[in-house]
Amino acid sequence: MPTKPAGTLYRGREGMWSWVGHRITGVVIFFFLLVHVLDTSLVRVSPEAYTAVIGAYKNPLMALGETGLVAAIVFHAFNGLRIIAVDFWKKGAKYQRQMLWAVLILWAVVMVGFSIRHLSLALGGH
Amino acid sequence: MSATQIESPRSPKAAAKIGSNRIAPQYRRNGSSKGNFEMLAWLFMRLSGVVLVVLIFGHLTVNLLVGEGIHAIDFGFVAGKWADPFWQIWDLAMLWLAMLHGTNGVRTIINDYAEKDATRLWLKVVLYAATTAIIILGTLVIFTFDPCPVVNGVQLPGGFCPAP
Repeated sequence: MPTKPAGTLYRGREGMWSWVGHRITGVVIFFFLLVHVLDTSLVRVSPEAYTAVIGAYKNPLMALGETGLVAAIVFHAFNGLRIIAVDFWKKGAKYQRQMLWAVLILWAVVMVGFSIRHLSLALGGH
Repeated sequence: MSATQIESPRSPKAAAKIGSNRIAPQYRRNGSSKGNFEMLAWLFMRLSGVVLVVLIFGHLTVNLLVGEGIHAIDFGFVAGKWADPFWQIWDLAMLWLAMLHGTNGVRTIINDYAEKDATRLWLKVVLYAATTAIIILGTLVIFTFDPCPVVNGVQLPGGFCPAP
């Protein structure tokens, strides 16, 4: 009977999934960055053009999109600091799992705070 | 039967350094045609990453969390920031570091997943063209921007503009 390949210290575990998450969030952020430089560049076209396009960021659906984008940025930032610790801190590799949990807890705390503030501003009466 | 003679120094790294032929060329860590570009790219990702955490968290706080948040963002908001050299330099550093950091990340991903040489080459040509265009465009916008435009002979309102 065929069996699944044996797990390893890396495959299918925290190290691999944080790597997957880092890649996906990185690509998402990069493509947003391209769009964001283009939309900001409209200030050079005319005040009306900029204000019209930036108005698209102010609807409720985009507010959720912005929250998702910030979630990607905050994970990429915290996990990036974890990668630096793994590379440069003597005990980094030993504590990489614990540091991933710290990243996720810190990410959750920051995102709860950000979501409350941003969504109440973006969805609030204006 | 004679024992294999291993010359001193016996550390592979030291041996490679003095040009011994005991290590096949593809396994040497120095003297290759690529130089140490990949090591510098690796180091750049870490250094720019730390700086970007500060720059982007500051950017998000000032633009989305302070005051009215996203509702305050319009032409006057951007003009007010870029009337100040502090925010010009902040945004310029963010633009360059984020674009180079992101481009190197996508370059790594292309190298990992595009198996054909031609596919890899063309994906990277497109990537570098986009990066160059975006960096030049963003830099020009930050430095040629006029925070006090006069539209139809009327000065746009804003406390940071001198009276016409």
